Amino acid sequence: MSLWSRFATNRAAVIGLIVLIAVIIIALLAPVMFPKGPWAMVQRPFLAPFDTDGLPLGTDTLGRNVLAGLIYGARVSLLVGLVSTVMALLIGVPLGAVAGFYGGWVDEIAMRFTEFFQTIPNFALAIVLVAILEPSLTSITISIAIVSWPPVARLVRAEVMSVTRREYVDAARLAGLSNLHILTRQVLPNTVSPIIVMASLMVATAILLESSLSFLGLGDPNIMSWGYQIGAARTVIRSAWWLSFFPGVAIVLTVLALNLIGEGLNDALNPHLTRKGKS
Amino acid sequence: MSVLSITDMSIALPSGADRPFAVKDCTYEIAKGEILCVVGESGSGKSMTANALMGLLPEGVTVAKGTAEFGGKDILQVSEIEQRALRGDRIAMIFQEPMTALNPLMRIGDQIAEVFEAHKRHTPSERKARALDLVREVGLPDPEKIIRAYPFQLSGGQRQRAMIAMSLALEPELLIADEPTTALDVTTQAQILKLILDLRERRGMAVMFITHDFGVVAEIADRVIVMRHGEIVERGTATEVLENPQHDYTKRLLEAIPTGLVPQSVAVEKAPALEVRHLKKTYHTGGGLFRPRRDVRAIDDVSLTIAKGEVLGLVGESGSGKSTLGRAVVRLVTPDAGEILVGGTDMAALSESDLRAARHKVQMVFQDPYASLNPRQRVMRALTDGPMAKGVPKDAARARARELMETVGLGAEAVDRFPHEFSGGQRQRIGIARALAMDPELIIADEAVSALDVSIQAQVLDLLRDLRRQFDLSILFITHDLRVAAQLCDRIAVMQRGQLVEIGPVSDVFLNPQHEYTQKLLAAVPGGGWGKAAE
Repeated sequence: MSLWSRFATNRAAVIGLIVLIAVIIIALLAPVMFPKGPWAMVQRPFLAPFDTDGLPLGTDTLGRNVLAGLIYGARVSLLVGLVSTVMALLIGVPLGAVAGFYGGWVDEIAMRFTEFFQTIPNFALAIVLVAILEPSLTSITISIAIVSWPPVARLVRAEVMSVTRREYVDAARLAGLSNLHILTRQVLPNTVSPIIVMASLMVATAILLESSLSFLGLGDPNIMSWGYQIGAARTVIRSAWWLSFFPGVAIVLTVLALNLIGEGLNDALNPHLTRKGKS
Repeated sequence: MSVLSITDMSIALPSGADRPFAVKDCTYEIAKGEILCVVGESGSGKSMTANALMGLLPEGVTVAKGTAEFGGKDILQVSEIEQRALRGDRIAMIFQEPMTALNPLMRIGDQIAEVFEAHKRHTPSERKARALDLVREVGLPDPEKIIRAYPFQLSGGQRQRAMIAMSLALEPELLIADEPTTALDVTTQAQILKLILDLRERRGMAVMFITHDFGVVAEIADRVIVMRHGEIVERGTATEVLENPQHDYTKRLLEAIPTGLVPQSVAVEKAPALEVRHLKKTYHTGGGLFRPRRDVRAIDDVSLTIAKGEVLGLVGESGSGKSTLGRAVVRLVTPDAGEILVGGTDMAALSESDLRAARHKVQMVFQDPYASLNPRQRVMRALTDGPMAKGVPKDAARARARELMETVGLGAEAVDRFPHEFSGGQRQRIGIARALAMDPELIIADEAVSALDVSIQAQVLDLLRDLRRQFDLSILFITHDLRVAAQLCDRIAVMQRGQLVEIGPVSDVFLNPQHEYTQKLLAAVPGGGWGKAAE
C-alpha cells in the first residue's frame, strides 16, 4: 500500500489535512479579500457578530474588522510555525545525527549542550529571548526555534543510534564508504519518518507559542496575529466575547488539524506500530 | 485414546494475504503420552493450528470451519471464560523465545506461583512449595536460588526450563511446544529435548511439538505431520516419514538437510589468504563505584590461517567469541592485541583512512537477510556503492552489478528493485553478490544461512560451493550448525569461551574429535548419524 492510501484510511487525518489546506488558502488570499489590511478602521467599535452586513464577525475595540484580523493572523501563525520548525530541524537534526553516529565524547558534549537548553522552561526562555532581541517577527521565529530544537536532537540521536547498529551500516563500512557518506546516505534516510511526524507536531506547538507570546504583548507590534487579538480583547472579554472567541477557535482548529495530520502520518509511516482496534 | 482430535480444521487469513487459508482441512489427533511433531518451513501454517487451539490467533485471522475435540468438548467453540480455564490447566504452551515469554520484572518463583493463583489453587505458602518442586523437577540448578532470580539472570536454556516448569504447574494433559529449542545452542537443545522426553515418560502427557528441524524430529517424535502451504502433505510414524518419505516435498526437505556424512577433505596447500596471530579482545562490562568490573574475554589469544581457496568453518555456541573473531578480521571490532594479516597487510594496525582503502580485501555476508540491506536503497546502489568508493567507474560498476546478480541466480533486471521485494533467501544472495562486488581476498560469512529454511539453506550453500569453485574464494564460515559446517568446509575450528580448542580437517575433527568440548558438541547434535565417513 502506498503512503497516501495508508494515510487516507485515517479519516481524522484527512479532515485535518483539509482544514489545514483551507487555512493556507485563506491566508494566501488575504490581500485579495481585504486589500485595506487588518488595521483599517471600518465601522464603529464593538459591533456584535452576524449583525452587520460585510462584518460577519463584528468589529473590535477600535472598530477594525475582526474577520480581516483573523485572516491576516493566519498568515503570521503559519509562517512562524513553519519557519521556526525548519530552523529547529536545521539545528536539531545535524546535532542529533552527529551525536548518535559518533557516540563517545562527541555524544557527551552534544547531549550536555542539549540538556542545558532542556533544563530551562521553554516558554520562559522564549520570553527572555524575545525581550532581549526586541519583539519582531524574526526574533519571535528565532526564539521559538531555539526553544524547540532539543527534542529533535534527542529523537534523531536515538534513531541514528538504532539504525547505526543495523547490519547494512556495517556492510557500508566494509565497502569503504566514508563516515559522512554512511551518515547522510545510509543512516539519515532511514530516520525521516519519525522526524516528519515530529515536525508536523512542532508546527502546532510553534503556533501556540507564538500566540502565547503575542497574548502577553511580546508580539511584533506591527503584525496582526491571533495571539495579539486575544490579548487585546482580554479586558473586554465579558462585554465583547467574540473578540477573543473567534481567534481562539482559529488557534484550536489549526493546532488540532496539525495534530491530526501528525498522528495520521505516524500511522502511515510506521504501519507496524498501528494501534490495535483501528482499521 | 486420543487427547486431542482435530477434524477438518481450516483457518482463514484476512483478505489480501498471500493465500485464503493459513491452514486448510487439517485432520489429526494426538494420543495420550504421544509426541507428535508438526514439521514445516516458515509460512507453512504449522504454528497457526496451535495458536487456534489456545485462542491466540492474531487479529483478522479466524477459524473458518472444523472442530478440535479436547476432553469431550470442541475447544474452538467454547466461551472465552471456559477457554481461559483450559489454558494452563489442561493445555499448556511453551514458546520459542523464552526471554520474551517471561515477565522480566518478576521473579521466576512468583511467575510459576502466579499460574496457581490464576486458577485459584492452593494457599500462597503451598504455591511457593510447589513452585520449588517444579523448578527441581525441570532440573534447574540451585532451586532455592533460582526461584528468587529474575529472568535476565538466567541463561537461555535455564529460561526455557523455567517456562517448562510454568507450563507443567497444573499438570496439563497436552503440552504445545512451538519451536522451543530453536533459539538455543545445540548442547542446551539436547538437554531440553531430553527433559521433554523425561517428562512425557513421567507424566504421560501428550506433546505437540512444532519444529522446522528434522534432526529434532528424529530425536523425539513418535508420529510426524509434514505441512506445506497450510496443508498436511505427509503423516506417519517417525521412522516411516524419515526413512521412507512418500511425498515429494518431504523427500526434498529431507534431502535438503545437510547430512551427517563427512566428506574426505582434500589438503589445501597454498599461500595463506588470512593469517591471524595471537589475537585478543576483551570486553569490559559493568563497573562503577560499587560494582566490580566484569571482563569478558571474547577472543583469547587465537591464531589461525586460511589458505587461498580454502573454506574454514568456525563453530561454537553463542558467546564463544566466534562472531567477534569474524568482526575483528574485518575490523568492525578493533582487537586489543595481535595481528590480522590479509595478503600481507596487517588489518589490525591500519589507521582509519588506510583501513578504508583496504576494506575491500575482506568482505562479509551477514546473518539477518532483513537487516543487512538498506530498505530505502535499490539493489543497484547496494552493489555499486562499494566499488565506486574504491574508484571503479560508474558504468563498469553497474555492468559488474548486473553480471553478479546473474551469477547469484537472480537475473540482471532484479537490480532495479528494492530489498523488500525479495524473499529471505534471495536477499542473502544479494548479500553475497555485494560481497563479491568488491573482489575480496577473503569472505567472512557470519551465520549466513542460519536464518533460512532448510530448503533455501541448501540452495544458498550450493551457491556458495559453486562460487567458491568459480572464483577460488577463501571463506571464513562462521556457524553454530555443525551439519552445515560439515557440508561446506575444508577445515573446522572450534571455539569455546574465546579460545580455539581444536582446529583441523573436517574429517579429523568430526570423526575423531580430540578435545572434550568438541566431543560434547558433536554428541549434542540432534538426529545423530555422525561418525560415518562418506564413501
